[in-house]
Amino acid sequence: MIDPTLIPIAASDLVAARSQMAFTLGFHIILASLGVGFPAVILIANYIGLRRNDDVALGLAERWSKVAAITFAVGAVTGTVLSFEFGLLWPEFTARYGDVFGVLFAIEGIFFFLEAIFITIYIFGWKRLSGWAHFWTGVPVVICGIGGAFSVVAVNSWMNQPQGYELGPDGTATNVDISQVIFNEAVPYQVPHMILAAYLVTCFLVASVYAVGMLRGRRDRHHRIGLLIPLTVGCILAPIQFAVGDTAARQIASDQPIKFASMECVRETSTDVTEYIFGRCTDEGVKGGIAIPGFDSFLVGFSTDTEVIGYDTVPQEDQPRNKTLLHWAFDSMVGVGSALIALGIWFGFVWWRRRDIPKTKWFLRAVSVSGIATIVALESGWIVTEVGRQPWIVYEEFRVEDAVTDAGGIWYTFIGAVLLYTLLGIAAIVVLRSMARRWREADSAEGRELEVPYGPVEKPPAIGGTRG
Amino acid sequence: MSEPDAVAGVLLVGITFYAVFGGADFGAGFWSLFAGRGERAERRRQLVDWAIGPVWEANHVWLIFVLVVLWTAFSVAFGSLFSTLFIPLTLAALGIVLRGAGFAFHRLAPGPRERSVARALFGIASFPTPFFMGTVVGAVASERVPIGNAAGDAVTSWLNPVSLLTGALFVATGIYLAAVFLVSDSRRAGDPELERDFSRRAIGAGLVAGALALVGIFVFRADARYVFDGLVGEALPLVILSAVCGLGALVLLHRDARRGARELAVGAVVSVIWAWGVAQFPYLLPQVLTIEKAAGAQNTLTEVLVVFAVAVLLVLPSLAFLYTLSQRGMLEEEDEAPPPTGA
Ligand code: HDD
Ligand code: HEM
Ligand code: HEM
Repeated sequence: MIDPTLIPIAASDLVAARSQMAFTLGFHIILASLGVGFPAVILIANYIGLRRNDDVALGLAERWSKVAAITFAVGAVTGTVLSFEFGLLWPEFTARYGDVFGVLFAIEGIFFFLEAIFITIYIFGWKRLSGWAHFWTGVPVVICGIGGAFSVVAVNSWMNQPQGYELGPDGTATNVDISQVIFNEAVPYQVPHMILAAYLVTCFLVASVYAVGMLRGRRDRHHRIGLLIPLTVGCILAPIQFAVGDTAARQIASDQPIKFASMECVRETSTDVTEYIFGRCTDEGVKGGIAIPGFDSFLVGFSTDTEVIGYDTVPQEDQPRNKTLLHWAFDSMVGVGSALIALGIWFGFVWWRRRDIPKTKWFLRAVSVSGIATIVALESGWIVTEVGRQPWIVYEEFRVEDAVTDAGGIWYTFIGAVLLYTLLGIAAIVVLRSMARRWREADSAEGRELEVPYGPVEKPPAIGGTRG
Repeated sequence: MSEPDAVAGVLLVGITFYAVFGGADFGAGFWSLFAGRGERAERRRQLVDWAIGPVWEANHVWLIFVLVVLWTAFSVAFGSLFSTLFIPLTLAALGIVLRGAGFAFHRLAPGPRERSVARALFGIASFPTPFFMGTVVGAVASERVPIGNAAGDAVTSWLNPVSLLTGALFVATGIYLAAVFLVSDSRRAGDPELERDFSRRAIGAGLVAGALALVGIFVFRADARYVFDGLVGEALPLVILSAVCGLGALVLLHRDARRGARELAVGAVVSVIWAWGVAQFPYLLPQVLTIEKAAGAQNTLTEVLVVFAVAVLLVLPSLAFLYTLSQRGMLEEEDEAPPPTGA
């Protein structure tokens, strides 16, 4: 059956507001992940370059930092839009709970401020500072990225597990206990999972760029190191991500059972629940997909006797609507996570035997798609979190339809946002590609002089010779 | 001073920084767009790039700061503002995206044509944000934002004489500040010709901004009575200070005086912002919502103040470090001649 609220003409502005929020967040999160992950990868290359006196690694670090300047700038403007949207789309949410979660954003603001300052210093420092001093100016950028991610994701965790305040008679929050808000129960798994995801996205995306280059026959040392550094880090982190995600799933089964039931398509509460891989969720059970009897119960409690709560324990209006979407999103994320681990095992095994990258082209092909696949996992994970929390904006307390703005015209702003961001994305890709081309053409000579948004700028030429 | 008042003060500090540094950034877009033609124009544009390149993003974070403090400490006011003023705030955000994109790409785009398109975008998109922010301030000052979800009029709340005038004033002030800053930047770049250029432009922009402010007196008197009464009442000393600073800056610029013009111009803008704050005290939204009433949970206010203190301790030194590096010409290419000394 088609969900009537998904048909634009019949729908209220709520659907538009949710679509706009999801779209702009989904765009920002890719750049945000690069903002969190890239500085660390750059510093690793920088460290290797300094330690081993390796000019290739240093050159990579310098170029990557210029790429990061672009993604950082686009991340900043799209992030600013999100701050506006908290008021433009969800004024009732902010009006009611702003004083509960707001301090976290204030903390985030400090991190971003410092991040913006130190990334500028790091990028121009390539010319002006000595090796290790320069390296150390990059360290605050890494720390601030992690701190910023913590603050924002903690807000989202709090929306999933609200705590640390009381609701007054008029519905406004009082008695806010900030440490309870910051360290709410979803933080221990959501925050590490997101930070790891940011690192994975960066690592596999960068590795995939060099894998494509190698497939095109560019097999110099530059490409080899450009592939090896991020790929190694990514392959080490992938299994950790799996363990954290698995913990998250079990935690959700107990804390947000309806979300869990919806993403696993469990209608009725029972034991010995079958796990379905893909398939369509319907009221008569799952259609299609691969069934593994008893496995869902096993995943939740390590025994097929474990009881799994079904979604029909709550009325339909309290359940997420789009269960098939949730189910597919969850399975895609786990699928990508498992595939990344397999890639790591392949890489690790061959490296252990021959100290080399696997020779077959299939390996490079696999690495080439890993970047996009990781982004698919990132977006899927957020769909699980956000759509799975529906219809609640604050879990089991405040509904999305009560949070939305009464201002009209959201469909127009949503369409505008889609057009605008599409152009922004295309422009960013065009610019990055042309930077790469210019770097290749003028290897290092001119390439180093590219003027990036945070980088050094040439002084205007003085005319008339009267300097000073 | 009560805690809510202290937080409102923090908010006003953020607004001040954004108006001065962010405003000058926007104004620089104007001077890049209207740099004229030919080789001189190219140098003017390069000067703009050189001056704002290293600091444009940091300047911008002040806006985030203002938004966050507003929704954390005065949540209800935030919700009311953003739902009633949906249209101008959306357009302001649009300006931020376009301008940021234009600036980020304009030196890197693949070809000269793309580069000039990006630069034109940067220039044109420098108008909407300060203008629509100004209309928002005008809506607040003229008491057109009631409490509630989109409770005010979606259009007339910001499409009225007070809002339009305030918007124009914001744009003009940014342009004026930018020109004054560029005078000192030309001096740092060792280019007396550009210095004279921008002095002349700063005087022109200053006169326009001053004229708008004069017109504003009458518009506010007609339609924003509470704020007007405050401006000619307890805030009068600040208004006078602003006028004196503004005139002083013009005189110095006219006389080609080397120092002081920048400080006086900033002083003129800062004192008018604080005059506005004093004039509408004790209200956050004049005659609609007092600061006291608007304030959220009490411990949250304390935490906002603590976070602000930490920010001052951590961010201000870093920011000062960055501005110093940039003012000393440390953010230039290595092979460029060292900056002139004794300037
Ligand atoms: C690179 C991306 C990536 C990868 C490989 C994985 N995840 Fe993930 N996952 C995310 C990226 C992500 C995310 C986008 O970052 C989410 C959204 C919210 C969050 O904090 O992390 C997320 C959320 C998320 C949630 C929902 C949390 C909530 O609703 O509060 C669960 C249950 C899992 N993940 C489980 C897993 C499992 C079992 C994986 C096995 C490999 C896995 N994830 C791999
Ligand atoms: C950054 C990655 C994120 C993505 C990709 C994402 C995705 C989404 C999606 C898909 C929706 C729409 C849900 C629906 O269809 O009903 C949504 C809604 C929302 N998200 Fe997120 N989200 C992210 C992070 C966050 C964070 C960190 C916060 C908060 C601090 C947040 C707050 C919200 C709010 C307020 C809504 C609107 C209400 C709702 O529909 O639940 N999101 N987001
Ligand atoms: C509702 C959700 C979100 C909001 C309101 C938001 C807000 C913002 C804002 C205002 C900025 C610009 C700061 C500046 O000017 O430098 C920004 C940038 C950034 N955001 Fe978000 N953000 C959200 C989600 C996320 C998430 C989920 C993450 C992380 C994991 C994240 C990580 C970043 C990072 C690292 C930057 C710095 C720019 C960059 O590196 O690309 N944000 N965000």
